Amino acid sequence: MDPKTRAADVRAILPGAVDCDVHPSAPTMTQLMPYLDEYLAESVVNRGIEQLQSVHYPPNAPITIRADWRQGDGDGLARLQAHLLDGIGVGTAILNPLLGVQLLFNADMAAGFARGLNDYTAREWLDRDPRLRSSIVVAQQSPELAVDEIERLAGDKRFVQVLLLVMGDRPLGNQMYWPIYQAAEKHGLPVAIHAGSMYRHPTTGIGWSTFHSQDYAANAVNFQTTLTSLITEGVFSTHPDLKIVMSESGVTWLPSFLWRLDKYWHGLRMLTPWVDRMPREIVASNVRFTLQPVDAPQDAAVLSRVMEHVGTEDLLLFSTDYPHWQFDGDNAVPEGLSDSQIRRMMIDNPMATYPRLSEAAK
Amino acid sequence: MNVEARPNLSKVQEARVGIADCDVHPNPTSLEDEVFPFLEQKWRDHIETYGMPQRIGFAGGTQYPKGQPRASRRDSYPPEGGPPASSLSFFREQHLDPHHVDLAVMIPLRIGQALQNMDLAVALCAAINEWQQEFWTRKEPRIKGSIVMAYENASDCVAQIEKHAHKDDFVQISMLSRTPDPLGHRKYWPIYEAAAANGLPVGVHAFGYGGNPPTGGGYPSYYIEDMMAHAQSCQSLIVSMVYEGVFDRIPDMKLIIVEGGIAWLPSLAWRLDKIWEKNRMELSHVKRPPSEIIREHVWLTSQPIEEPDKRQQLVETIDWIGWENVLYASDYPHWDFDDPKRALPVQLTQEQRDGFFRNNAFKAYGLS
Repeated sequence: MDPKTRAADVRAILPGAVDCDVHPSAPTMTQLMPYLDEYLAESVVNRGIEQLQSVHYPPNAPITIRADWRQGDGDGLARLQAHLLDGIGVGTAILNPLLGVQLLFNADMAAGFARGLNDYTAREWLDRDPRLRSSIVVAQQSPELAVDEIERLAGDKRFVQVLLLVMGDRPLGNQMYWPIYQAAEKHGLPVAIHAGSMYRHPTTGIGWSTFHSQDYAANAVNFQTTLTSLITEGVFSTHPDLKIVMSESGVTWLPSFLWRLDKYWHGLRMLTPWVDRMPREIVASNVRFTLQPVDAPQDAAVLSRVMEHVGTEDLLLFSTDYPHWQFDGDNAVPEGLSDSQIRRMMIDNPMATYPRLSEAAK
Repeated sequence: MNVEARPNLSKVQEARVGIADCDVHPNPTSLEDEVFPFLEQKWRDHIETYGMPQRIGFAGGTQYPKGQPRASRRDSYPPEGGPPASSLSFFREQHLDPHHVDLAVMIPLRIGQALQNMDLAVALCAAINEWQQEFWTRKEPRIKGSIVMAYENASDCVAQIEKHAHKDDFVQISMLSRTPDPLGHRKYWPIYEAAAANGLPVGVHAFGYGGNPPTGGGYPSYYIEDMMAHAQSCQSLIVSMVYEGVFDRIPDMKLIIVEGGIAWLPSLAWRLDKIWEKNRMELSHVKRPPSEIIREHVWLTSQPIEEPDKRQQLVETIDWIGWENVLYASDYPHWDFDDPKRALPVQLTQEQRDGFFRNNAFKAYGLS
């Protein structure tokens, strides 16, 4: 869209802006079949495995796909190009495929679907538009199999990060997951932790919800407990170069969370002596947050004040969360962010977070 | 945090009138000596034979060993012996008198509100309510009790509320935050209806063993994670109560969140507004923006208060919460005790100070 045709109150998307959380339409099982190994493809047919859609994003629920983005000609890629790349005008989009492979209990089957999904993404999306990059989907069920998939794809520089769901078998700082972090750190791949659940436990620490709205709200509290876990269980003490990208996490909870964690760290740090820096320092060096959904009110002064509480412009990575309904029209950037924050989150911070964005593809 | 009470130093923030402390934890010297007299013999025998199992593996103690014995200040053991806060005279000497406490709301913990054996939980909670009166509230008018109940059994809870609500000894009912189902679940509604009908707030104190992992991603490894996660459990229970329509159904319901922190509330309310706007079809029973509902129905006690380097940021955060919605609490005798002289070390207006340290509490509990 020509910038001149935009409504005056829409904040400009800077040339070359990187959108760090974009969801390609999930492939149907028929689309996925050519990319599955022979045994798995046969299982799909013989066992009647029709779909792997997670209940976390009901296909027809309002947040899952914005109403006007349900329209449009062509396949998922054509719609994404029309709405996001050419429409809103982002320069590079990092795909986070959301297909419920992590929910399976059979880890080998999950790894098979993850391989097929990643190959499908490479052929059907990345090959067809050079503006796209992707996360590596892995079998979160088995760190060993996840590492195999990271090693298999690390040579393809269009895969720029590893994708995990925020609610897993155990809190993500647990030592069980460290091989994933080691492989990611070795290859210069950040680990994106995205909203969603493997559904091993109720989505809250106090039991199962009644409504989808509760489960969606549960993501933010689970990002909080996950950040506690990553820091206190020592992930960054052992993997100091690892970057974690909290995706679809919200960010306004961060200042009060760190006030609390810093206080508890002062009081209890003798119980986790490997945490040798203030939690806020660890977040500043190792953890990033995607922009949408912005969990702040419309009042620009409030968001501006919250960003003062955050205290640094290094933490945010621009995202639209396309096609999830987080904003209307082309208003991907909320009022209340400074010009320098906008430039950093769209350009500087993604380039610093994802070394592979500066490298030639392939 | 773990600051000694200093009876001779009260100039730092000397209160003109006494303060309200909305979370203190007196203990029996022992269950056998002080609580068993209120229990039938069969339950005394039962406890001595089988213990009091909850939804955790250890027969006694906690899932996560605490940072110090009984999570208590090391200076809080009474000189005459017994556990922290088990002596009324030492409680007065170490806390009520030097800190000018006019109102101390006691919230008994470790008393089995969520025991696996429901009948035992009902009997024990009834006994604890008698114990509060016999050993504390009748002896010291500054101390008020909380009606405790086996909240997985709503009908017995209603009976306890109706038995005690009219007494001056009690100012709220008390539940725990980590429940088997989120607190907006309809099985808990009769409790809220009875509390509201009797003009009592529902205090929900952090902790409890509901049988769910403390996070949606399973059990963490360390005590600091378990402690931190109370803020998230409290957020989740507010989500549940707002979205499941508790406050729309029971307009007089007052909720007091105890010991979950405070500064996360604005972010939560903003998020809930946005999700509500997009899911009006699913949440058609929620008639107003969640932030309005929360402002009207939810109070938070201050301890353990968040501590930004720039203290003014805490003031700005309480501006967003609403100054009338925050109640001072010390958590005496626990290790993370917030000294009233240091709990809010910022420049406040007299109205803010009076509200935080006293008036908000009296209003929330319906006291004059």
